[in-house]
Amino acid sequence: MGIYEAILLTVITAATPLVLAAIGELVTERSGVLNLGVEGMIIMGAACAFIATQLTGSPYIGILAGIAAGALFSLLFGFLTLTLVANQVATGLALTILGLGVSSMIAEPYLGQSGIKLPQIVFPVLSDIPFLGAVLFKQDLIFYLSIALVAGVNWFLFKSRAGLKLRSVGDSHASAHALGINVIRTRYLAVMFGGACAGLAGAQLSLVYTPQWAENMSAGRGWIALALVVFASWRPWRIIAGGYLFGAVSISQLYVQARGIDIPSQFLSALPYLATIIVLILISHNRRTTLINTPASLGKSFVPDR
Amino acid sequence: MKKLLFALATTAAVIGFFAGAYAADKAKVCFVYVGSKTDGGWTQAHDIGRLELEKALGDKIETQFLESVPEGPDAERAIERLARSGCGLIYTTSFGFMDATVKVAAKFPDVKFEHATGYKTAPNLATYNSRFYEGRYIQGQIAAKISQKGVAGYIASFPIPEVVMGINAFVTGARSINPDFKIKVVWANTWFDPGKEADAAKALIDQGVDVLTQHTDTTAPMQVAAERGIKAFGQASDMIKAGPETQLTAIVDTWGAYYIKRTQLFLDGKWETSSSWDGLKDGILTMAPYTNMPDDVKALAEATQKKIESGELKPFTGPLKKQDGSEWLAAGASSDDGTLLGMNFYVEGVDDKLPK
Repeated sequence: MGIYEAILLTVITAATPLVLAAIGELVTERSGVLNLGVEGMIIMGAACAFIATQLTGSPYIGILAGIAAGALFSLLFGFLTLTLVANQVATGLALTILGLGVSSMIAEPYLGQSGIKLPQIVFPVLSDIPFLGAVLFKQDLIFYLSIALVAGVNWFLFKSRAGLKLRSVGDSHASAHALGINVIRTRYLAVMFGGACAGLAGAQLSLVYTPQWAENMSAGRGWIALALVVFASWRPWRIIAGGYLFGAVSISQLYVQARGIDIPSQFLSALPYLATIIVLILISHNRRTTLINTPASLGKSFVPDR
Repeated sequence: MKKLLFALATTAAVIGFFAGAYAADKAKVCFVYVGSKTDGGWTQAHDIGRLELEKALGDKIETQFLESVPEGPDAERAIERLARSGCGLIYTTSFGFMDATVKVAAKFPDVKFEHATGYKTAPNLATYNSRFYEGRYIQGQIAAKISQKGVAGYIASFPIPEVVMGINAFVTGARSINPDFKIKVVWANTWFDPGKEADAAKALIDQGVDVLTQHTDTTAPMQVAAERGIKAFGQASDMIKAGPETQLTAIVDTWGAYYIKRTQLFLDGKWETSSSWDGLKDGILTMAPYTNMPDDVKALAEATQKKIESGELKPFTGPLKKQDGSEWLAAGASSDDGTLLGMNFYVEGVDDKLPK
């Protein structure tokens, strides 16, 4: 295995949780809900996936547990912001803090245990393709899922009737409501989808990236996922581009250091964030495309008038 | 709902206050932690020390702790709250609590303070630290014996003297066995991020290091080393569970002995300010069992440990050169503590440029 293959594999592992959490949040935001609790949902997913795997011995059950944990946790957010019409920003932040606390409490007995790594699924023939074969067709289930989810979300949002309804809820909940679309139900489903994806991202952290449990192991990835959604200007395929760009920059700086190339490491550590800022500036430069893609009702609470 | 919560919180606070006052017949010893007490690393080591203290002197004292206290202005408030609530002796266990501890100590002259890894003292403020570098010197020797390629990987956190000192100790140990030994350093610029630490480990292994050590807090690098089939060293606590066939040894922080000694002095009324910097011989630092290595290497490591404990061997003893080739220590000369505590240069053999 050459060094470039090795770097690519590391990049994929680093980018997958970002892509997963971001694609979920993209759907949530497309329905007009801003959920800042991504970090909290990821860490709950990571904790529950790890616990379930240790209890049953099957990382696949762990994945299901992670998804369920993320979805259930997001339901709490949904209840507070959609049913009780609480402020979305404050509730999202609270969800993150709560998730960090609850996860360290429930997973405490599992600290320091070595987990079970999710096995690779190898596609025969395809995986023999030189270079790309080993990178793309010798991966774990969660990687394949992340790509499939992005493709699926893209199709759903722009090719399906339900997706059109979801986008209309996000753009103008009053008009959607007038058309007879159930705004609250649509948003509940979108929030739960976001939670499930964040939970899956968490499962990737504690089953693939580093098969172990450590408190606060999401280490800010939820916030990067949130930035990625804006970075992608709410377009699914751009999530992959953004996620992998971010992963590539943050990983290659470690390889540059290990090679002993003389660039200040603090600068290299800041590079991924710098790249994000530059891209955001470039994107926001064109106001029209930004406006077309931004859900117009993002962050606004909806109270049906009766 | 809000009123109810407020009422509950107030009640809890009042009960807490009286409960605190009621138990005042026992001396109260308090701890301020930067992380959670179950972080599996730095803070957990301090909490184990606290539990040992309770076990040893539990009939005369009671302990209290605040965990996950952020460094900065919040720390000052937290420490002050403890001082006000009747703590007689307060241990603040992170470098970043230094200025906050100094300020609160000035306000409460009757309360004794102990600050870990800092350098500012006062009549009622002592500092304590551990000579972690002694353990890293032994690790370096083991690495030089184990490594086939003569290159070790070092995952570092932040370019502060403590970390630079560790790197230098490791290289010095390794070069005492193999004068051509080199290390590659990757700065993760974090103390705690399992993912990033794992990535750093992969980057180092992909570029040919065959033994790994770390100055970050999670077991992720150990796991990667196990996966790739190379050997590694644990940090802050025994990480053997993460790599039963990988860990060679680990530097284990054992603060308990120090806490018991100082608290006893406090109870006897003999507590005085001091700047303690103990090492292997005082038991503040211990080595996890030497495992996964040939017997002769193990014997060498044990012998070196004995020599350091007896004071026969000082890790930083000349002839030693700085990275740029200029002389640092002449043959036979040992470094003074001041240079070590402010260390801002590499010794020869580090394949990296020190970040400024």
